[in-house]
Amino acid sequence: MFNADELRKAFLDEIEAAKSEMQLSDVWKKYLGKGGSVQKLMNGIKEVAKEEKKAYGQFVNEVKVWVQEKYDEKKAEVEAFELKQKYEREAIDVTVPVKLRPVGNLHPLTAVKNEIINVFAGMGFEIFEGPEIEDDDHNFTRLNVLKDHPSRDMQDTFWLTEDLLLRTHTSPGQIRVMDSKKPPIKVLVPGRVFRSDSDATHSPMFSQMEGLVVDRHITLCDLQGMLDEFVKNLFSDAARTRLRPSYFPFTEPSVEVDVSCFKCGGKGCPLCKGTGWIEVLGGGVVNRKVLENCGIDPESYSGLAFGIGIERIAMLKYGINHMGKLFENDVEFLKQFKA
Amino acid sequence: MKVLLSWLKEYVDIDVTPKELEEKLFSAGLEVEEVTYLGENIEKIYVGQVTSIEKYEETHLYICHIDCGEQGHDHLILTGADNVFQGAKVPACLVGAKLPGGLEIAPRKMKDMMSYGMLCSGAELCLDKDWYPGADVNGIMILKDDAPVGMDIREYLELDDYVFDISITANRPDCQSVLGIAREVAAFLGKEVKEPDMGYTCDDTVNQDISVDVIDRDLCPRYLAHYVYDVQYMESPLWMKRRLIAVGHNAINAMVDITNYVLVEIGQPMHAFDLDTLEGSSIVVRRAAQGEELVTLDGKKRILDTNNLLICDRNKAVGLAGVMGGLNSEITEKTREVLFESAKFRKDSVRKTARGLGVHSDAAARFEKGIDEYSVECGMARALNLVQSLGVAKVSSTHSDVSAGASTERRIIRVEAAKVNYILGIEVPETEMVRILQNLNFGVKCEDGILTLTVPRYREDIETDQDIAEEVIREYGYDKVVPAFLSEALVTGGGMNAAQRKELAVKTFLCSQGCFEIQTIAMTAGQEFNQFLIPEDAKERRAVEILNPITENLSIMRTFMAPSMVRVIENNLKNGHTDLRFFEIANVYLPKSLPLTEAPREVKTLCLGYTGSAEDFFTMKETLEALAADNDLTFTYKKGNVPYLHPGRTAFVYCDGTFIGTFGQLRYDVVDSLAIAKDRKADTKIFLAELDYDALCTKFKDGIHYVPESPYAKISRDISLIVDKKVECGDIIGKICQADALVSKVQLFDIFESEKLGIAKKSMAFNIELASREMDVTDEMTDAAIQRIVELLGEEYGALMRS
Repeated sequence: MFNADELRKAFLDEIEAAKSEMQLSDVWKKYLGKGGSVQKLMNGIKEVAKEEKKAYGQFVNEVKVWVQEKYDEKKAEVEAFELKQKYEREAIDVTVPVKLRPVGNLHPLTAVKNEIINVFAGMGFEIFEGPEIEDDDHNFTRLNVLKDHPSRDMQDTFWLTEDLLLRTHTSPGQIRVMDSKKPPIKVLVPGRVFRSDSDATHSPMFSQMEGLVVDRHITLCDLQGMLDEFVKNLFSDAARTRLRPSYFPFTEPSVEVDVSCFKCGGKGCPLCKGTGWIEVLGGGVVNRKVLENCGIDPESYSGLAFGIGIERIAMLKYGINHMGKLFENDVEFLKQFKA
Repeated sequence: MKVLLSWLKEYVDIDVTPKELEEKLFSAGLEVEEVTYLGENIEKIYVGQVTSIEKYEETHLYICHIDCGEQGHDHLILTGADNVFQGAKVPACLVGAKLPGGLEIAPRKMKDMMSYGMLCSGAELCLDKDWYPGADVNGIMILKDDAPVGMDIREYLELDDYVFDISITANRPDCQSVLGIAREVAAFLGKEVKEPDMGYTCDDTVNQDISVDVIDRDLCPRYLAHYVYDVQYMESPLWMKRRLIAVGHNAINAMVDITNYVLVEIGQPMHAFDLDTLEGSSIVVRRAAQGEELVTLDGKKRILDTNNLLICDRNKAVGLAGVMGGLNSEITEKTREVLFESAKFRKDSVRKTARGLGVHSDAAARFEKGIDEYSVECGMARALNLVQSLGVAKVSSTHSDVSAGASTERRIIRVEAAKVNYILGIEVPETEMVRILQNLNFGVKCEDGILTLTVPRYREDIETDQDIAEEVIREYGYDKVVPAFLSEALVTGGGMNAAQRKELAVKTFLCSQGCFEIQTIAMTAGQEFNQFLIPEDAKERRAVEILNPITENLSIMRTFMAPSMVRVIENNLKNGHTDLRFFEIANVYLPKSLPLTEAPREVKTLCLGYTGSAEDFFTMKETLEALAADNDLTFTYKKGNVPYLHPGRTAFVYCDGTFIGTFGQLRYDVVDSLAIAKDRKADTKIFLAELDYDALCTKFKDGIHYVPESPYAKISRDISLIVDKKVECGDIIGKICQADALVSKVQLFDIFESEKLGIAKKSMAFNIELASREMDVTDEMTDAAIQRIVELLGEEYGALMRS
């Protein structure tokens, strides 16, 4: 009978001493490889008496399993150790800065435009874009701004011919939409508009967003409800609107819409000039003459319309103090508007 | 519209504070832009009487003792003015007093003596002689003997008053007057309006033969003339001067002041002609002849056309109707007889004349907004009343009234109360509607829910049920509107359409390429064509011109984007920013014909602008290629030429064989013309791309269609060629693709020039992939294909294979 205990002891010593996969592999060859100690032990069965062969086989097998287990344990340990060392070797200073490839962003006016679109899209508004060069008919006459109407002066117009002009507002979009589509209508018309004045608070080109709803029984209450939703989304949950009388030829009644000051909450501050309210847009109930001009029966349908100045909203929302900044396109200014 | 509170109070009983009045006006749609207190910064200044005055020896000063009644009987005040005397009444600024200039009075030592206050001049109170006679003297303002000692100077000088500057919407011309505002105030305070006194008696003893002939009645629907005589050239009474001055008019003479007073009070522009200057005592209202001339009151010669309406006598023009009188018929101190004019001129005609000739007058401003015929009558009556009551002239019975025939009856409209509520979306009780409309001077009858309304003559804006709804909610209160959310409307789908989403995706993609979006003005200057070296006959010069530009710099609609982009880069460089990537998507405007007969094409254009040490032609090309790849498109490029781009570094860009734009490096001579630091110019390279975005849009794939990957083997081979330097890589790639149907991809992986290759030669190496959707590609097929490619390139370009 072999002294199995000796083999176990020698194996344990050697495997303990192995510190690398290489040494481990040597140990494996010596004990578990071809002609290794375990194999030799196995070969010893030839010299065992017939009736003891079974017991011997079991015994050798136990030894073999034991050696394999010990070997596996050690192997896992060595591998883990080596991996750990590799990680340590490869450790880097994660705070070393990289050369950044610049990332641009949308212009603040585009960002605000998209935000407004998203709010109204959720309410079922489509987006329509009309031409920037319009004719008198779409820009004025069919919007009930008749030839002798003083409100033609409210919007100083750039003329291209006696009839063609740079649109002074996005309202002609109302006419174009109603010409091509019958109620129910819910549409936003964003776009660039042009007026012949230019100073600290005016640019000869600026952006507007027209809103139009035409359906059965649309009222002033719907206008306020819709705009309440709009200011809540755009400014803050606490924002409210206030309507006050105004005048536009294409709406009647017409209103200016103020939003409760989102800076002071209505208590009064420099932003709202102490009033607690900030003027943000104009709107009203669509004038029946405009509906008639587009072949929509004002006895069956009514509508609401509103016009938002995008620059004004952007300036209020982002705290931009000078309108000119929006068209200077200084990169240090632009890069502040990452969405 | 400026309104003096005390003037307003003459016609309506106002029992609220100025602040409350401001708020109520605001809620009624009369936005108060500014409230000015006339006594602003005047405090602790009283009427004082000089009880004694003596010279302060060896100085220029006088020692005064001033009695200010209740404010103290003996104030010791030193003054340097020579015009003060014992018994004189003067404005005494006591210790703690404030003056408009920001001056505050404290006890002050003057030449070793303390002065406890100051006597002030009219100028120090910002007054002139029209507000208080003697206010203009050089020295202390000496007050009249009847000035009550101890009275607050603001009260004594009628400075305890407010001017409301009210912005009037275009639909309410009737509110452009004290009377109009008074009517509105009365309506919301629930008070009665006391109309100004318009009574006068005519004296039949003196008459004149006058004739009024209105030829162009379309431009002048109503013309009233009235003859007054015995005209006194005099000053207006103080109260009238003060009211006029407070609202921004000058006091001139009584006759002229009365016309201005009526303009402010009633809202009717009046004109007074010196009858002596009217030949034939005639008025003829007619269009000007082309080229006719008139010298207006401001002394300027005006050259007229047939759009201008003139007031003439038998032989000559004497005034620009509704705009400005002629110098030849002006009121002077010699004027003894006057013909008053009160008329309605068509608003667009007045506006065109005033704008066209560049004449600004209060009358024109008023006529442009629209005059109602009721005001025409009231204005004349009030003017005659004032002339008579102030003793400025005698009123004859000679008058003329020419009308185009508009009814002077009040209009009647019928409105359903339910329809008003339908528009508003709330339930305003009928009784409230009736009350509101009655307060606004409507005659109201209400039967079975139908309101029969007699419209005030001055409310020409009222036509429909919507107008009535506005009147009702304005007075009922917008705070009564209950926010709702389309209770009866149909549900609609919303959001951006595919093209709009795509545009946003393209923009977002370009941002990820390091580009910042810019927005630039669509108008530009003609001289930019020269700066960008655009040839005289080039299509870029065919631009839409603005007929009435505000400046030469914004006088045409841009036909290409490069100048706008370069301007932005220029400004950024000036601001010290050197590494820039910008893009813009906006319209250029291309006329179909010139002069313009129809709307031009608006072509959406994508413009890129790069500059910086890391940028070159190929970094921009990388962006274009990435843009193409992101949209599953293939761009091809050819050497091109663009006037403002580097002749050796300009490419035309094609997509599916369609030309979609250009890109390249901005010419050095254009860079040289930019306003950037001289020493930076040499190494500033600017790269520009300009793509027809609309054309590109037609190439975008509509939707995604999955194609299973090919199960067949593909093979790739590298080839290396030597060609002439002039041969373009793009052409070689094109040829390789044409050479064999199996060619599925060609990529350049190496390009270099070397003397070893021969003179003016270069080497290019390509990786060529061969694939088929029907079978495995074999080595034999590959060898055959490569051989064809090499032969073809040899024939076309003399290309030699490198081993």
